[in-house]
Amino acid sequence: MDIKPSFTAPPSGRSIPVTPSPVGSTLIDIDHVDFFYGASQALHDINLKIEEKKVTAFIGPSGCGKSTLLRCLNRMNDLIDGTRVANGQIKIRGIDIYDPSVDVIELRKRVGMVFQKSNPFPKSIYENITYGLRLQGRSNKSDLDAVVEKSLRGAALWDEVKDRLHSSGLGLSGGQQQRLCIARAIAVEPEVILMDEPCSALDPIATVKVEELIQELRTKFTIVIVTHNMQQAARCSDKTAFFYMGKLIEFADTRAIFMNPANAQTEAYVSGRFG
Amino acid sequence: MSPSTRHEFQSRPSAARRWESAALWLFRTATYVILICGVLVFGNIVFKGSKTVFTTTAPFINVPFFTEAPESLYVFDYQGQKREMGDREFRAFKATHPEAKEIKAESYVYSAGGIFPCIVGTVLLVLGSMIIALTLGVSAAVYLSEYAKQGRAVTLIRLAILNLAGVPSIVFGLFGLGLFVIYLDWNVSLLAGWFTLAFMVLPVVITASEESLKAVPKGFREGSLALGATKWQTIRKNVLPYALPGILTSSILGIARVAGETAPIMFTAAYVVRDKLPWEGLTTVSDFFFQGVMALPYHIYVVSSKIPQNEYTERVQYGTAFVFLVIVALIATCSIVLRNKLRNRYKW
Repeated sequence: MDIKPSFTAPPSGRSIPVTPSPVGSTLIDIDHVDFFYGASQALHDINLKIEEKKVTAFIGPSGCGKSTLLRCLNRMNDLIDGTRVANGQIKIRGIDIYDPSVDVIELRKRVGMVFQKSNPFPKSIYENITYGLRLQGRSNKSDLDAVVEKSLRGAALWDEVKDRLHSSGLGLSGGQQQRLCIARAIAVEPEVILMDEPCSALDPIATVKVEELIQELRTKFTIVIVTHNMQQAARCSDKTAFFYMGKLIEFADTRAIFMNPANAQTEAYVSGRFG
Repeated sequence: MSPSTRHEFQSRPSAARRWESAALWLFRTATYVILICGVLVFGNIVFKGSKTVFTTTAPFINVPFFTEAPESLYVFDYQGQKREMGDREFRAFKATHPEAKEIKAESYVYSAGGIFPCIVGTVLLVLGSMIIALTLGVSAAVYLSEYAKQGRAVTLIRLAILNLAGVPSIVFGLFGLGLFVIYLDWNVSLLAGWFTLAFMVLPVVITASEESLKAVPKGFREGSLALGATKWQTIRKNVLPYALPGILTSSILGIARVAGETAPIMFTAAYVVRDKLPWEGLTTVSDFFFQGVMALPYHIYVVSSKIPQNEYTERVQYGTAFVFLVIVALIATCSIVLRNKLRNRYKW
């Protein structure tokens, strides 16, 4: 099927709407990908298909390359000097995102990210959420108000902050800040949300709230989550990928990985014998 | 067990303890010596200068000193009394007292009148050069820290900028003379002075701006880029506003330096005396930029070394120095106020 690239910047500045594929089909196809930080190789021959509207978890011990792979999906690794993707392709809806014709800005509008250390901007809650929208040129106040409410409701934060939308985002608790970052990410209506250990800096109660949020969000967004916490992966995800030393060891339904792993190394990791 | 009986934690005199004490006293003494020197210098200027600047009668400020141009002082005896008068006053006096026409008066150059043109000139020089220095400096800092690929070339550029900070101000003056006054044919002008002073203060602005930009957390940039912003959008909305307080702090140091340097403006912008104020006698807009001005530090230099010294010139010297300190303090205060306002607005 010849799909016109939807990551090139359209002349009008507005994003081209994309017809979604049926649920259960591949959205992101990682095909024989190697990744290098300068001379050292961080990822070896990764083959992985991420399905639409599902939660996929990347698990593995520290330094195994899961965050690196996650950051490849929205090309945030481009910010680091000397990094390159080699020998393979990462395709989103059939388009190689490292193709020179691809506009990274358009890509990042479609593939959003939530970081490990929550980074709300030191602006008001309202301005945090409308930041991404203003970048796209939307300035109609009622339009923005509606999106702010929708995003905050979507992030399960509306009831807590609806009276203080114009107070600083930094005045929220850690869990609220992370949910604000999630709200900010979903405000621009991406297709994919990448989450890089979103709960590692949060207390258990805040963690529960964010995990519940992930369950609600999967009906609308494709979510890829990197986590150190195996139990979190078991709770939240539909499919799990286990990485070790830059290689993908096993990728299957979460149930299978945790109850009945095919690979001995996977079994050793999920049963806690190392990691 | 009470602490007065000997126990294992008993403090004992030792060499280390003596050195500790000595070090503390050394640092303390050094600090107080610096403080005393500062007080002496400022105190001397304030004490001697206030004789010229303040008067004993209302409105308690020597208004003519601030509002008139420098003129010669005439000292003479009239009817047994020693009189001192400025040039204009003396001529008016001679006109109204015809019998005084033959009086021989001693004249002292620049010892009467005021320093208004100098004040205006210094303020103009400071404003113009700081605008140029901040624009160029912040742009360079943004490029060096956000856009340029960190490597050999960028390190060399930074080294060159740091070297610029060590160049003597007289060399800047000659550079300005050669490039702006002679080669670009701007002659002695505000523009030449602005650019010379701006280049002199550029290293400080660039270094401080780079530090301020680096201090802004990486998370702000990453968060913004992940939402689909371009690099410039990220810098403009999410990095620069939060670096501004630090940048303005560096400008305070720059202002003090720019206002006080004589050598760079000696050849490029300053006149010993000028009878027109900067907004007088202009036929076109560009006339404003291509005129020279009088300046406070240069005036102090002229009054202190180019003319014979006596009690009358001393008055003007200290008065000018006092006014000069006050003006630098005022401009710096404005900068601090602006910085605090920005800090409150862009708190992070």
